[in-house]
Parts: sequence; C-alpha cells; structure tokens
Amino acid sequence: MHTKTLLELVQGLRSGEFSSVELTQAFLNRIMQHQHLNAYITVTEEIALENAKAADIRLSNGKAELLTGIPIAQKDIFCTLDVKTTCGSKMLDNFTAPYNATVVEKLNQAGAVMLGKLNMDEFAMGSSNETSYYGVVKNPWNTNTVPGGSSGGSAAAVAARLAVCATGTDTGGSIRQPAALCGITGLKPTYGRVSRYGMIAYASSLDQGGPMTHSAEEAAVMLQTMAGFDEKDSTSVDCPVPDYRAGLNNSLAGLKIGLPKEFFGEGLNSEVASTLEIAINEYSKLGAEIKEISMPNLKLAIPAYYVIAPAECSANLSRFDGVRYGYRCENPVDLTDLYTRSRGEGFGKEVKRRILMGTYALSAGYYDAYYIKAQKVRRLISEDFKNALGEVDVIMGPVTPTTAFGIGEKIGNPIEMYLSDIYTIAINLAGVPAMSIPAGFVAGMPVGLQIIGNYFAEDRLLNIAHQYQQVTDWHQHTPKGFE
Amino acid sequence: MSLTADDVNKIAHLARLGIDKQDVESYAKDLSGMLDLMTRMSELNTDNVEPMAHPMDQAQRLRPDVVTEQNNREKFQAIAPQVEAGLYLVPKVIE
Amino acid sequence: MEWETVIGLEIHTQLATQSKIFSGAATAYGAEPNTQACAVDLGLPGVLPVLNEEAVHKAVIFGMAIEAEIAPYSVFARKNYFYPDLPKGYQISQFELPIVGNGHLDIEVDGVSKRIGITRAHLEEDAGKSLHEDFHGLTGIDLNRAGTPLLEIVSEPDMRSAKEAVAYMRKLHELVRYLDICDGNMQEGSFRCDANVSVRPKGQKEFGTRAEIKNINSFKFVEKAINHEIERQIELIENGGKVVQETRLYDSVKDETRSMRSKEEANDYRYFPDPDLLPVFISEEFKAVVKAQLPELPQAKKHRFKDQYALDEENAAILTYSCQLADYFEAVLKASGCEARLCANWITGDLSAALNKAGLEITDSPVSDERLAGLLARISDNTISGKIAKQVFEEMWQSTATADEIIAEKGLKQITDTGAIEAIIDKIIAANPGQVEQYRSGKDKVFAFFVGQVMKEMQGKANPAEVNKMLKVKLNQ
Repeated sequence: MHTKTLLELVQGLRSGEFSSVELTQAFLNRIMQHQHLNAYITVTEEIALENAKAADIRLSNGKAELLTGIPIAQKDIFCTLDVKTTCGSKMLDNFTAPYNATVVEKLNQAGAVMLGKLNMDEFAMGSSNETSYYGVVKNPWNTNTVPGGSSGGSAAAVAARLAVCATGTDTGGSIRQPAALCGITGLKPTYGRVSRYGMIAYASSLDQGGPMTHSAEEAAVMLQTMAGFDEKDSTSVDCPVPDYRAGLNNSLAGLKIGLPKEFFGEGLNSEVASTLEIAINEYSKLGAEIKEISMPNLKLAIPAYYVIAPAECSANLSRFDGVRYGYRCENPVDLTDLYTRSRGEGFGKEVKRRILMGTYALSAGYYDAYYIKAQKVRRLISEDFKNALGEVDVIMGPVTPTTAFGIGEKIGNPIEMYLSDIYTIAINLAGVPAMSIPAGFVAGMPVGLQIIGNYFAEDRLLNIAHQYQQVTDWHQHTPKGFE
Repeated sequence: MSLTADDVNKIAHLARLGIDKQDVESYAKDLSGMLDLMTRMSELNTDNVEPMAHPMDQAQRLRPDVVTEQNNREKFQAIAPQVEAGLYLVPKVIE
Repeated sequence: MEWETVIGLEIHTQLATQSKIFSGAATAYGAEPNTQACAVDLGLPGVLPVLNEEAVHKAVIFGMAIEAEIAPYSVFARKNYFYPDLPKGYQISQFELPIVGNGHLDIEVDGVSKRIGITRAHLEEDAGKSLHEDFHGLTGIDLNRAGTPLLEIVSEPDMRSAKEAVAYMRKLHELVRYLDICDGNMQEGSFRCDANVSVRPKGQKEFGTRAEIKNINSFKFVEKAINHEIERQIELIENGGKVVQETRLYDSVKDETRSMRSKEEANDYRYFPDPDLLPVFISEEFKAVVKAQLPELPQAKKHRFKDQYALDEENAAILTYSCQLADYFEAVLKASGCEARLCANWITGDLSAALNKAGLEITDSPVSDERLAGLLARISDNTISGKIAKQVFEEMWQSTATADEIIAEKGLKQITDTGAIEAIIDKIIAANPGQVEQYRSGKDKVFAFFVGQVMKEMQGKANPAEVNKMLKVKLNQ
C-alpha cells in the first residue's frame, strides 16, 4: 500500500479495498521497521489508530474529504494538543502542547490520520538535521548523508514512505532543501498563505509552513487543506484559496522561464548543473521559452538573512525562560541563574549561536549598521524578484549547490553550512512561493529543481511542476530498501 | 570585524544565555566569521531605500473587542515547572 | 544657590476595553490568579498577537483630545528584557512610530495657566504582577494583567514644581475619564505615574541628570515623592555629590525614594519592529468619525459654562470636573427654568455636601436632577424661601417625594398675604419702642433685628423680600 500515490490511496479507501485502520497500521509497521532513519521524534500510535477509526466511519458515511483516512505526519514544530511538541530541542523535551496549531487543526478537520511528530533541526535552525536534540536523521538514499534541514525528518519520512505526506516549514529553504536532497516535492507557499498560529516561531517575517509530498498533485491536495486566512495570525493574508488541482493540466506552451545567471555561476556543482540543464530542456519541449535574466542583489541574500533571522529569533526564543513551561535548570540560586542556566542547558549550540548573533545585531550602536542595513538589502532583493517576475512567469534554478553531503561533513563549520542555503534564502526574504521538485540523480543521489513564482501563484507553480512530472518519473523513484 | 571573548560574554548576559567557558572562544570565532559575511552588505548603496520589515505591504487587521478566551489555568499550569496557589513560582524577585 | 526643578511625567493609563490588547482574554480586575491569562498572554510557543480595535480607537480619541498629530502609519516594536512578569521576554510596545504624536494639555496652578507639552502617547501591553508574599522564599507570578492595553502618555519636561506635576496629573486623570477611555481607578493601577525629576541651578539651560521614580499611584504620593526627590538631589549636589541616572522606587511608608536594585544595570532594550504585527494605518475618514463622536472637553465646557451661564470660575470648574456632574447641572437648569447661578450654588453647595457626607458619586445621588429642579423652581417662584428649601431638600434626600408634595404636606408654603405680614409687623413695632427709636435716629443695623423678629414670628414662611419692603415703609412712617 505504501507505494501508492495519495490519489490511489484515496481510491482504495473509497472503494473499500482497504480501510484507513489497515493503511495506518501498515505505515506504523514501516515506521517501526525503519527506526534507524530517526525520522520521527514521537510516534502517536494510539492517536493514529483512533483517527483512522474515525476516518473509516466518515468514509462509510460518504462524508470524506480527500485526506480523510490518509496517514500523514507533522513536523515537530507544529503544536499538537496533548502531544509532545519539542521543536527538536531539549528545551521542549517535556512540553506537551495545550493547543493545536491552525495547520494541525485544519488537517485534523479534513480527517487526516496523524502518525506522529517528525524530527527537525533544533528550532528549525540548521540545514542538515544535525542540530536536533534527538539526533541526526539519515537520508534514505544514503544513510551516511544528511537529509537536509530543517524539515529533514519530514523529507526522509516521505522519501522512505514512512508517511504518505508531511508538513514542513521553510524560513530559508527548510522545505525545499531537504525535499531536494531526499528526492521529493516540497512547496514553500507565499508568506501569509498558510497560518503561522501554533507553528513555533524561528524568524516570524520569513517562516512559512507548506506540504512535503511525492508529487505536485499531492502537494496541491495538501496545500488545499493547509492554506487559508486565519484570524489568529495578523500576517495571514485574507484572499481566496483557489482550487489548486483545477489548473494542473494547463498547457505550458508560451510559458516564460527566467534563469538568473547568478544562480548558475561559481559554486554550483557541475553535475548538478548539467542535470538541471536537462530538466529545463524538458520544459522547452513542453513549449516554454527559456530566458537568461539577472538578479544582481541575490548575492547579498545570505548576509541579510543571517542578520534578520537571528535578530527575530533572539526575541522569539526569549519566552523559553524556565518559568511557565519547558526546561528549568536544577536548583536555581536566583532569577538570573534560573534564566541563564535554563537557557544555557536547554538550547543547543547552533541556537545559541543565532541568539547571540541576533542579540548583537539589535544591540545599541549596531542596530543601524546591521539590522536596518539588512532590511534595506531585503527591499532590494525583493525588488529584484518583482522585476524578474514582471519579465518572466517563473524563475528556475538549483535548490542546493550539491547533492546531500556527509553526516558530520559541515557541522564543524557553520559559515560553510550557511553558504549552502545560497539558492533558497532570497525567496523567503521576498516572500514569494517556490517549489523543489525531483529532477534527476547524480551518483545515485537526488537533485532538485527550484521553481519560483509570483505572490500567490501557487496554482501556477503546481501546474508547472505537475506537467514536468507527467513526462518524467524522478518523483516516483524509491530509495533502495524502502520499496 | 572581530568579537572578543569579552564581547561574547556581554551579549550572552544580555540574552540570559549560559555558555560554557570553553566554548566562548569558538563562539567569538563563529560570530566574527558571520560579521565578516555581513560586511559584504556595505558594498551596496542603500541610501534611499526604505527598510523592509515584512514581505507584504499590508495593514494590521484589527480584532473586535470581544472576550473569546475562557479560564484554562489548570491545563496551562499542568506543564509548568513550579506552581502554587495558581501562581508561577520563581526565585525571589528583588526590586 | 537657587535651584530649579524639572519634571516630566510618564503616565500609564489602562484602556477600558473588554478584552486584552492582543488576545481575547478578559481584562476584568480582581480575578483569581492566572485565570485570565490565555495562551497568547502566557507567551506559549507558537501563539501570535492580533490587535484590539477598541484599544486603537481609544488611543485616537485621546490624541484628538490633546490636539495631537495622529500618526497615519504607526508601528509596534518589541522591547526586549527579561523579567518574570513579562512572559515573552519582550514587551510589545511602540518605539519609533507611536500612534499619538505631539500634543498638549493646559493646567492651572494658583490661578496661573500653563501649557504642558505631551511628547507622545503610545500603545503597549501591560505586564503581569509579581507577588512577594512568602512562597518558601520564592516569588509568585500572576499574569492576569499581562496584555491589558496601556496608553503610555509621555509629557515634555515642562513642569517646574511638584504642584505643577500634580495639577497635570489631575488634569489628565479628569480627561481620560471624560473621554471614557480609562476608569481612572488608581488603587487598581488603572492610572499609574512614573516621574522623571532633575534639578539645575536657576538660569542654567542644560538639564541636570534625572532620576526616574517608578509607580507612584496617588496624587498625594506624587507630590511627596517628587518633593522628597528634589530635596535629595539638592542635598546630594550641595554636598559635592553627583546625581546618577537611575530608577528609584518611592516608599510611601518611610516617605523616601530608594534605588531599585533590579534595574541597576544599564538597559539595552534592543527595540525592533515586531514581525508578528503589521503597521497600523489611521485614515482621515476614521479620524473624522472619531472627531465627530468626541465629547465636549473639560476646558471647553468650563469656558462655555462661564460664558453661557455667567458662572464664576469656581463654580464652573467644580461643575465641569466630571462629565456626569456637568450633565446633572444642565439637566437641572433645563427642567427648572431657574437662574443658572441658583442651580450652580445648590449643586456645588448643598447637594455636593450631602453626597460627600454619604460618600456617593453624582450618578448615585438620591435626589435626581428632576427632583432638584422641582425644588429650585419653588424657590424661584417665591413659594418657599431659601431657608425652607434646605429643610425640604433634607426631606427629599430621605424620601422619594417631590418638593411640591413635601411643601404641601408640611405646610411650608410662603405667606404672601400682605395683610397677615402687616399685622405681625405692627405687633413687633409696638412691642419694641426702644429699637424703633434707635432705628429712626440713624442706627440702620437695627433693621436686621426687626426682620429677624418678623421671620421668627412667621416661622420662616414669609417672603424675606416682601418683609423687608413692608418693614421699611412702616418704620419710616
């Protein structure tokens, strides 16, 4: 059953070929069988089976939605009522959320079955899943390599078919990069399209939740449920959610694709480059026009991001103080001791590094030079996108400079790790939507193609990705041992 | 731009973040490296650019003044490290 | 050396909304600890703030009332510091772009009026409370107050004495209640004051180093705390010391200020725009709507009372101190058709005294505006004298009867029958030949004796004006 697509599973459930309980049990068995991947922090077996029973009733009543009875998993950044929600941190190892995130609530309402909570970099800070308090997730394509991050558990679980699909979040590439490294489809929606309520904040002006699936068609189904205005999130945008599946089969004839020359220069692995060239050529065959464009300010995306995201995170993570929930140090002697030790012992090294960086960038005397400067650069980068997307319909490029790197290879050098986010970070600064889709392999490891669209053009991105997936089968490959 | 161990200790105190003594130097090195990365931004002239705090140029939406939340103390305090008589307890606050 | 004091006040007014500024939890005072602290107020992971419309509305009303600029575009910022009553480790406040800009308020001290500048007023969330009762040497935190909307009103350093500071604070207190944006309850902390105090040699242009005195929550304490602080600073400087910029706490029991240990270290609040909230836009249309709904303000009302009703300064000031009292006055005036001065004197005199004695507000007065008007109308048309009216008023205070009912029941109607008055006058003149002699030889003072005797004989029911007139005629015959 686990090899079927989401829509085949929907068919199977509705025809009575198998029940949601059977399907859920099959996935729970797979999770147990492949524990070594470390994709899950928490497996919610009881809840999953309860959900599945309820879904079976709904299916038999004919009141099912597409996701009713489908086993999915949540990135452990989303608060789940009465279920441990850790954000990959020791700080929240003892934290049971007293409420559901809006995204969780929506997926529950749709009748999706929650298998569990997925591993991630601590507080979503990382590109390799190595910063998780719960240990690194292994890439199912080669267990000596990283799955990417921060939604590494989500990507690995979907790639290894330990969940039909999963939620992820993306602040600087955290959906797209692991999707690329694990050979799945990941969509980061427009900022404000998916509610952030209940999604533990890393950098509030950049964070956005989205689906991680095998195909664009599945992403369309999942986004349909996840997206929408939420009155609990002031930054959520109140505009109608289109039918994402309606336009999947639209023709790409005349589609204008822009390739920023800044994306294809030095630093991009040549084999990855030639793999992408073949993929883009496929689009030519589908009738698209390919055009080189320039986005001169992209090169400053990394420095701007590593000011803005740490600045926001330094304040966002102040609430973890050992007073109302979460980790508290043993026997604090006074208030300062309570704060410094609870936070010092509860947070890992990468989180501390970013809190320190952000605190410094906002402190008296440095605010203008770093924070304001970064916000100005952000404006210029976002204008680059507006200009480019005035000229072409979508922008395409790499997601990562290389395929998955080895576990332990970059963790000792944080700057080098940051630089690997070069192709994804600018998109979050601008707030536009982008996807990563499987586009081939280099030495047996998946390569992702990035498609970037205009604000709220998720339907267009899904259409473009789906058309490619009609003429290629990269998204259908399964890593060895997980067939 | 490089930060000293002393700078790191000051920032860590501002952020109430305990860091191990033996790690201070490595944080100083990493942060200095990050700052070097950031100095690249000064290459770009941004004199007449408006800082951008949000991806969307939207206005804050206002909520009607209605009480929607009920008492949920028991649930919230079930996950608290130390409570008594409905209060969160912390080491003595000296004013 | 002669010293000059410079004072600026920061006043925190809790806006009288039903729910909190960024959450749907109730703001009611006095609930069980932490029962009104919802997920947002507690700063649980993942929660987000959404701005309360009414808080914005009230801030704009205030801005209009002090003739300030209302920012067309204002921004919320995070003010970062760690304190156990601050759940998120930052307070959502406004920094660079506050909602209310430059305005002013006119105060009056010893009959001299002075304009005090208001630098800004900004919206922010209140913090919770630390309870220092002993919990095994620990402090208890109640977050019910966390997230209550505050408007922080920051004055220019325009005040030069504790008296001026108190006058400004009273004026502002009166204003926020007039506008119905704050209940003004100082005991419950709805209206709190921090004072920035410095001294400088008279004639010096530069300000001295200031100390900030925190949370002085009564008019009396503000005056005492500031005066104490001025003395402390002068003494310090005159003894060769230096004032350090610091936060001090006023101890009302010892009547002194002391340095706050918890705020000792230099703060670096690292303000930056809150990415969870978007800019607030105030349109011209919105401002026009608020302006149209703005009540008549105390100052304008006082001027109008003086002009329109020819009241003196004192009566006009008392009557306009609260909106409710002013409304009461105008209702009595309209219903009675009496002279304004008569109405004003009765309200600021007998009625206010009775209310004070009973500890009641005008809105709880046992004598309604309508009933008081009924009484005053009978004074006006000479049915009863002012003296009898006081007796009727006392009866009215105890009962629900109208003035006319009491007058009829007790037979208090004034005697207007001139024949009856004349007979009494004749009787008195005949009985007091000595006094008649004195009067006729030029001792005018004796006249009052005759009036008193006649009124006594008539049990106060004669019209004093009529008695005067007739007595004069008889005595001069």
